[in-house]
Amino acid sequence: MISFQLLLQSSISGLLIGGIYALVAVGLSLIFGLMNIVNFAHGDYLMLAMYATFWANYLLGWDPLVTLPFVLFIWFFAGAVTYKVVIRRILDAPMVAQMFSTFGLGLFLRYGAYFFWSADVRKVNDNLLSGILDIGNIYITKAELVAFFGSFAATALLFLFIKRTKLGKAIQATSQNKEAAMEMGIYTDKVNAIGWGIGIMCVGLGGVLLATYYPVHIYSGWMFTLISYISVALGGFGSFWGVYLGGMMIGVIENVFGTVFVPTFKMVFVYATFIFILIYRPKGLFGKF
Amino acid sequence: MERVIEKIRGYKIWGIILLLGFLVSYPWIFTDPHPRHVMIILLMYVVLGQAWNILGGYSGQISLGNHIFFALGAYTSTMLLLKVGLPPWIGVVPGAILASIAAIFIGQICFDLRGHYFAIGTLGLAEITYIIFLNWNFVNRAFGFQIPILKNSTYYVQWANKEPYFYIILTMAVLVVAFVWKMDKSTLGVYLKAIKEDEERAKSLGIDSRRYKLLAFVISAVITSFTGTFYAQYILYIDPDSLLNLEFALLIIIIPMVGGMGTVLGPILGATLLIPLAEYARTAFGGGGRGVHILIYGLVIVLLALYEPRGLIGIVKRRFGKTFMLYGDDSAPLFGEGDKS
Amino acid sequence: MSVLNIHGLTKSFGGLIAIDEVDITVKQGEIVGLIGPNGSGKTTLFNCVTGLYQTDKGKIMFKNEDIIGFSPYKIAQKGIARTFQLARVFHDLTLFQNMVLARNHLGENFLRTPTKSFDQLLCDLVDYWLEFVGLTRLRNELAGEVSYGQQKLLEFAMILIPDPELILLDEPTSGVNPVMINKIMSLIRKLHDQGKTMFIIEHNMKVVMNLCERVYVLDHGKKICEGTSAEVQCDGKVIEAYFGY
Repeated sequence: MISFQLLLQSSISGLLIGGIYALVAVGLSLIFGLMNIVNFAHGDYLMLAMYATFWANYLLGWDPLVTLPFVLFIWFFAGAVTYKVVIRRILDAPMVAQMFSTFGLGLFLRYGAYFFWSADVRKVNDNLLSGILDIGNIYITKAELVAFFGSFAATALLFLFIKRTKLGKAIQATSQNKEAAMEMGIYTDKVNAIGWGIGIMCVGLGGVLLATYYPVHIYSGWMFTLISYISVALGGFGSFWGVYLGGMMIGVIENVFGTVFVPTFKMVFVYATFIFILIYRPKGLFGKF
Repeated sequence: MERVIEKIRGYKIWGIILLLGFLVSYPWIFTDPHPRHVMIILLMYVVLGQAWNILGGYSGQISLGNHIFFALGAYTSTMLLLKVGLPPWIGVVPGAILASIAAIFIGQICFDLRGHYFAIGTLGLAEITYIIFLNWNFVNRAFGFQIPILKNSTYYVQWANKEPYFYIILTMAVLVVAFVWKMDKSTLGVYLKAIKEDEERAKSLGIDSRRYKLLAFVISAVITSFTGTFYAQYILYIDPDSLLNLEFALLIIIIPMVGGMGTVLGPILGATLLIPLAEYARTAFGGGGRGVHILIYGLVIVLLALYEPRGLIGIVKRRFGKTFMLYGDDSAPLFGEGDKS
Repeated sequence: MSVLNIHGLTKSFGGLIAIDEVDITVKQGEIVGLIGPNGSGKTTLFNCVTGLYQTDKGKIMFKNEDIIGFSPYKIAQKGIARTFQLARVFHDLTLFQNMVLARNHLGENFLRTPTKSFDQLLCDLVDYWLEFVGLTRLRNELAGEVSYGQQKLLEFAMILIPDPELILLDEPTSGVNPVMINKIMSLIRKLHDQGKTMFIIEHNMKVVMNLCERVYVLDHGKKICEGTSAEVQCDGKVIEAYFGY
């Protein structure tokens, strides 16, 4: 039997990484909410952010927290540029074309990374956040903790931004009804671009935070795309904190089952959860559509 | 104008004869193993792409899990061969049956989902299958199976040189293409296209869309499982990593996607462009080139999505217009009044 | 003999009640109209009858069989045909192929379908109904490339192929020019002469007056009036529903 201790430990680790899943998922649902497009390249932007963190650390000796603002800045623009160059053209295209475009983009990014950096797994060493905390026999690395709070803070900020600022409200309006928003004078094109920018920026942030303790490698991108997609499905499209909760839950499910069963089996439960939701509760737990 | 069209149609039949002639004599023209191998792989992807096309291209359900059937076919025939001595000629049948059951199972679970939901749903199931195979002793976990080399045993479907393999896969490719061509013009083809365009409307007209989608899926699965058995006998080694990996799933769908979904020629064009491209990329970039072909594929897909979502077929259509209908498009019937086939 | 008998039908979306305890009868050979202001639940009612929506309460009897709970394709196979407010035809298929799709699917053996060709009987039927609506010359054109009026005619012809017992028409004359309206009206009259049973949603009062023997009026999901078209026109509640006073 599994000790309660072990269960608790894995749950907490799961919650902590779940915070990052949640942040990334929120980014995905922002994009989806705005223009009904699933970004199949979402996780690959995260993977690139992780690599950026690694190389900055390896080649320049930068601590991830130093790399962070740069990544935020660049990733925001990467998102907006992706929108302007690729996404904008397929907004009204058939769903198949939309799937292809982000899908192909993901392939391009992933195998571009593979080409340059090969499939070796990298790790970021010597960072400010090394060290483990011992809280009542539960072991948490500093990095995990900081990453969690960082992503939570970011999500909260994002939430406030969406709800309180004028730009945020424009985003809400466009998500609900594009035509009505346009009639109200909102430049939906700009809003879309900013939405992408923010979405990818979240991903970038998640990537940097994750790189402080998680191994860096090519295929992690696709895995995170799936995880964020599943989180959104679990939480429900249209619910901000629902998606966040979804991400946390996926983190817990993955970790707990990975500890209780063979670690290689853990994704089975994540996928099984996903398929279960798709069939029995397609709206997700808190979703609006 | 009519005479010109007649002329082109006439050429079209000669075109097919020439192409078939070329393919049949290919092993005599190219006697080195490498070009033969490339062609075999190309033809294999034509078959896989067409099989996927039947469900994905025609009825609109984008499956990212077809490689499950490939693995089922390969593992079933191989395990029966190794444990019971059953020749793969017969071993394909249990594989196909297993694949059909799997298809019905997956279809029943996932068919209510459309578009990207279905795709990711099937992917989830595929990943689950991969993980299970990786950990299951019965299928030898990550080690897979190695088929002992017998050097020329037709009974056990193994030959020292590539020619027999070539002709088998060529026959399969021709049969599958012919089947899809016939299906495209038949009742089933019309039903599937309708289901793809507006499933609710098709149901309102009395069509049991679920049944027809399942049928398409099962046909797709059976063809794919046959190919799996072929592959096992060709490469003589199977394991979860080579059969159930994500790249393979992607490749199966990229080929008909790039060529043109829902058309007869699409997968052929797609394979003809992409497989040699991969080979060229591999040799040109040497060691680091293993992923380059997919990098290029990604770029190709994005460009197509932006400029011609119908795929290469769309480009051909645009260039040559209605007079050059190479496939059963009824807007300009090719062989007489195309409707009463 | 009543073909359609709706009894106490209720349908809500979340908290919003779209159809509220509605009773409707359509007898064989009748042309019955269904009118009401926008949003009164007319199309929703049709969707409930054809199985596209699940219902909360009530019974829908088609020829003495309760069809609630059946899948849309089963209901269609039982003999209920339906057009949509915005003509729904298959743009990527030819008119001929569209018509073939609409054939009677009852008892279809799908195992034979892959190689089944279109038999002579079906082709004759297709040609007959294309002729009826006057679209014969467009037989091999893609449905997406003909005009909207022609698409509406196509949809009309499609639903007649399986010889349905009940025809539901959702705003058959909306979105087309007056000449087409008259044409469609004459087609409906011809079908009536052939003894077909029709239940029609309409906004165009002239059409309702001319064609419908009886009319039901819905407002906010409730049936507020029923009678002949003349009776209904003068009813105070109906006037209030449409014009607000």
